[in-house]
Amino acid sequence: MAAKRPEPVQVIKQRRDAALAALLASIPYIQFLGIEFDRRGDELTAVMPYHEKLVGNPMLPALHGGATAAFLEVAAVIELGWAGLWKSVETGALTPDAIAQGDLIKIPKTIDFSVDYLRSGLPRDAYARARVNRSGRRYASVYVEAWQDNRSRIFAQATGHFLMPDSDS
Amino acid sequence: MAIDKTKMAKQFSEAIPHAKALGIWLDDIGQGTAEMGMPYNEKFIGDPATGVIHGGAVFALLDGCCGAAVMSHPDQKGLTATIDLRVDYMRPATPGQNIRAKATCYNVTRNVAFVRAVALDDNDEKPVATAAGAFVTGA
Repeated sequence: MAAKRPEPVQVIKQRRDAALAALLASIPYIQFLGIEFDRRGDELTAVMPYHEKLVGNPMLPALHGGATAAFLEVAAVIELGWAGLWKSVETGALTPDAIAQGDLIKIPKTIDFSVDYLRSGLPRDAYARARVNRSGRRYASVYVEAWQDNRSRIFAQATGHFLMPDSDS
Repeated sequence: MAIDKTKMAKQFSEAIPHAKALGIWLDDIGQGTAEMGMPYNEKFIGDPATGVIHGGAVFALLDGCCGAAVMSHPDQKGLTATIDLRVDYMRPATPGQNIRAKATCYNVTRNVAFVRAVALDDNDEKPVATAAGAFVTGA
């Protein structure tokens, strides 16, 4: 018996990108901060392009700790939401039309978020990647780190716990 | 001397672009205490299904309020920076209501200031969020 022929690459890419775009479009605060996501397969990199409104100390200048924290939290929530969507996007259970409707997307709720500020955030674009370390039925634990010009020089890291969308608080 | 520093902290808070972008105002500043507010804004929504403000905006309010509390402490000289801050989200903030933050810098050592804060909406009894953190002194 012949193996099932893989889907054309543009079909699967379109479905993945549509799912990610719908997830991002559903959260106004992501647009407010100007955060974008770069996708390679299932790997996401959050990008926060530098903007004057993100500054906390105009004398240095340095990014506001709250902007950095929000960036990390967005990266963590999207990683978690994306991991939740991935399976149904891959099987095709989630069609581009259904994704565009957007009502299938449920956002995990933050229980707590703890940020370490390792260096001051420079007036540069910032990047972040999150890792879901535990994903249970009720809650998930996510680690996230952010850097700017040098990948090895992390300027902030955080751990957070999130309530899964389908569990009752 | 204490008055000058209070004035400085006040001017500094108002000169912060990110605080301005979020519409954050300073309600009160004391000797190691600060109170701030942030209006409800649809641009800050984190969950469109409920209209609840994103945790990141609440975090920014708490971080700024904690920083102001540190700067207003009599033993603190100069500026400060956050070392770490943890926020516990107790319940969703009620959509349409302002969020207020109250921070207390309860201990200052040579290098570190310790701060606690609470975020409230119109309900004074049940906090929306609490925060605990460490800040650099004399940065």
